[in-house]
Amino acid sequence: MKVGVIVFPGSNCDRDMYHVLTDVFNLDAQYFWHEKGLPKNIDAVILPGGFSYGDRLRSGAIAAHSPIINDVRKMADKGIPILGVCNGFQILVEAGLLPGALLKNTSLNFMCGWTNLIVENNKTPFTNKLKLNQKIPIPIANGEGRYYVDNDTLKKLKKNNQIVFRYEEVINGSTDRIAGVCNEDGNVVGMMPHPERAAESAINPIDNKPSSLIFESLIKTIGVKN
Amino acid sequence: MSLEPQELDDLTSKIGRKPTSTELQIVAAEWSEHCSYKSSKKHLKMLPMKGPLVISEKGYDSGVLDIGDGYVITAHIESHNHPSAVEPYGGAATGVGGVIRDILSAGTRPIAIFDGLRFGDIEKDLQARWLFKNAVTGIADYGNCLGIPTIGGEVEFDECYTNYALVDVAAIGFGKKSSLIKNHAKKGDIVVLLGGSTGRDGIGGSQFASDSLESENRSAVQIPDPFIEKLIIEAILEARNQKLIHAMKDLGGGGLSCAVSETADALSIGIEMDVNKVHTRESDMNPDEIMVSESQERMLIVTNTEKLKKLEEICKKFRISCSVIGHVTFDNMMHVKQGSKTCANLPTDVVANAKLLDRPSKKPAYLENIEKEKKLKPISDYSKMMMKFLAAPNIASKIWVYGQYDHEVGIRTVVKPGKDASVLRLDNGKFLSAKIDGNPKHCYINPREGAIGCFEEACRNVVCTGAKPIGMLDHLQFGNPEDPEIFWTFLESLKGITDFAKYFEIPCVGGKVSLYNETPTGPIKPTPIIGILGLIDKAPLFSHKIDAGDTIVIIGDTKDEMGGSEYFEYIHKFVGGKCPVVNFAESKSHMNTVLDVIGKGLVKAAHDCSKGGLAVAVSELCMTYQIGCNVSLEKIPGPKLDVDRTLFSETHSRYLLVVDKKNLQKLDGLLKKSKVSYKMIGTFGGENIRLNKENKPIIDLRVDKAQKTWFNSLRELVVHG
Repeated sequence: MKVGVIVFPGSNCDRDMYHVLTDVFNLDAQYFWHEKGLPKNIDAVILPGGFSYGDRLRSGAIAAHSPIINDVRKMADKGIPILGVCNGFQILVEAGLLPGALLKNTSLNFMCGWTNLIVENNKTPFTNKLKLNQKIPIPIANGEGRYYVDNDTLKKLKKNNQIVFRYEEVINGSTDRIAGVCNEDGNVVGMMPHPERAAESAINPIDNKPSSLIFESLIKTIGVKN
Repeated sequence: MSLEPQELDDLTSKIGRKPTSTELQIVAAEWSEHCSYKSSKKHLKMLPMKGPLVISEKGYDSGVLDIGDGYVITAHIESHNHPSAVEPYGGAATGVGGVIRDILSAGTRPIAIFDGLRFGDIEKDLQARWLFKNAVTGIADYGNCLGIPTIGGEVEFDECYTNYALVDVAAIGFGKKSSLIKNHAKKGDIVVLLGGSTGRDGIGGSQFASDSLESENRSAVQIPDPFIEKLIIEAILEARNQKLIHAMKDLGGGGLSCAVSETADALSIGIEMDVNKVHTRESDMNPDEIMVSESQERMLIVTNTEKLKKLEEICKKFRISCSVIGHVTFDNMMHVKQGSKTCANLPTDVVANAKLLDRPSKKPAYLENIEKEKKLKPISDYSKMMMKFLAAPNIASKIWVYGQYDHEVGIRTVVKPGKDASVLRLDNGKFLSAKIDGNPKHCYINPREGAIGCFEEACRNVVCTGAKPIGMLDHLQFGNPEDPEIFWTFLESLKGITDFAKYFEIPCVGGKVSLYNETPTGPIKPTPIIGILGLIDKAPLFSHKIDAGDTIVIIGDTKDEMGGSEYFEYIHKFVGGKCPVVNFAESKSHMNTVLDVIGKGLVKAAHDCSKGGLAVAVSELCMTYQIGCNVSLEKIPGPKLDVDRTLFSETHSRYLLVVDKKNLQKLDGLLKKSKVSYKMIGTFGGENIRLNKENKPIIDLRVDKAQKTWFNSLRELVVHG
């Protein structure tokens, strides 16, 4: 089964994501440059983190208009699993594939450190092997990671079970401690923390199992290498 | 700023005619202290640069070490002091950019950034606080955007840097030995300028950095664009993979003047170029400006016309500009034209090799009485004093700084910042440990012993992760070298570093000299910085947890060496006394013994004793691992000392080892055999950090309270200041 990793100018977690998909989870992954189209035989798409276009204008704003986003949109409509991590999440939000906006952290600084996530929805293609309320130790690294939605949208998110992850504690001022959301169909997921930085025991000082389950959920959804 | 009169005479006689205005600009840039090392070069030759792992190639801007299995690491250090003192955000950011391109020039991917930052007293001085905040943001914004983790460094505050800033940046690269660019040029090769456009920023930057900072020359500060740099990195690495690069050099100090003349000189070729072909940011730039602009994010590449097409395709993919500005000749001349008009035509060896100076040196007068101590006010409550000490900007945790740097990207960072040294995993299963250290307070009191101390401290830090030091970077920062007293301190530090490097057989793989670091109130303290690269074959030492009942073992005597200590200077506001002196034989045996017991798996954690002495080192272990301890001060090995000295002396070559009870006997046996001075000085457990004398606590702090103070004080100071 094939996973597409999209590379925008300024993406910088693409190689990390590729390494985890291929070397750690033995998935068949392939890079796609943002100007190219996505082939039809792709089973899942990941938008990795980084600073696409140097975060100019707003993080994710320019990449959301890249040619490849049209294909991502089509795949999203078809129900193909799509994950945006960090800048990838910001791009999905800017492209209108996910609700809300990502604003500057309340500290006004870039924040890099480890935090805990709580699983709020384990029905998505990226969380179906996790338990509800399961804790995930995971690193964050962002300057514009404060998730914001207005009250009406928040109500809708809650009603549709679109909140996928919450932070265990208030860390950056996100609305309702939201760290990750999905679209109404649940196949498009965006999250600010970096699961690819937490899935291997060698670099995870706490516990790599929960983050691994994010990738194992994907494998459960799309199957292993043909 | 231009050439000295005798330099102008020298140039005129060498070329046999009056130089043109462009030639003057080119030579003034290249002969500046910053580019030519004219004051220091003669002396730098004393450093050992060769070793079994060192790979030397002509024209490299970074050092290369062979780490086996077909892989190499590259390393380099730079500073951006003058620009950062004027415009800290841009100065610090472009400092990162410059050193990253040096790593890239060898054909390796940059995998880590380190930064050493020094400012005035941020507790009192609002400008120092502003400089500090903005330099940190500049480094964060640049490094984070590139996706290269900033994994270590140091931050220090001292009044000698008032109205000034030292911003040192080191970088490490990693790659296959077979992918290294072997700089060469063939007949018919062309010269390409790739990357950002050439503008009017950073004009005369290298001369600006080669003089005392008298005015706020903002136009000499370059403007950072990390996005372009990221595109350049990916484009260059793609070009490397397709073998499109014959030779490469980054544009740094002196801009095109230095890059063209140094490339030509290193490869023994000539280069003919046309300034009209350079892609510029403004349309009306004259040849002089184009030749000395230090606009960032540019690389000079030698390739041939056949490979150019592919190179252009790569540039098109990343939407970066690439211009053919000239071609290789074999007359050893640097020929700069504007269209058909010649602006400069100089022998490359004349341009690239300034006349080296032999500056006079003289022992500074202030050193006569510096070692004398005065009677200090006794401390009535050490616990209270210790809380104040843990909040001192130089002692407090630097989490506010490294928490703003993405130190995880690249997923190599096995041991994260906040420990003795950070550790990266490498593709061949080995690990790289690295640290940079400086200590201007010690170096002020004794430039030689202080510099050796920095070297040993950086070694201790990597040793604490289980790594053997394999290479060293030095960065020598001093005031005006024309002052014989300052030049003496430079020579003393250099000699000390050389002696230590030779004794330990640690080659110098890269370095930098930064002179003319003067503030309105005088020169900075001598500030040599040492970066150490350590290699771990199997697994790094790192532990998640210290358990109650684990033993604290100290290796090394604590001696009466309080001069330049944080305790004297921060608590008593006293500058003086005898600074710590490294005993080479002792140092080596401690280092080998610690590596041996770590290698045998007998140690849970290791931590070096440095700034703030034993009291701070023990507290750091407790605060990091959130556990209390009971330490008996009478057990500390060494000459009999009073409480102040036992707690706060900064004697080198000391290590704290955390040992599980079950390994204690075995460890004891090994340490006995190794003949190092050591003692079990206490155990972990409880909720208090207790340092006792004759069973009475001298220092007694709750770990949680101490930790809160230590973690938050720097942030509180900066955020609410």
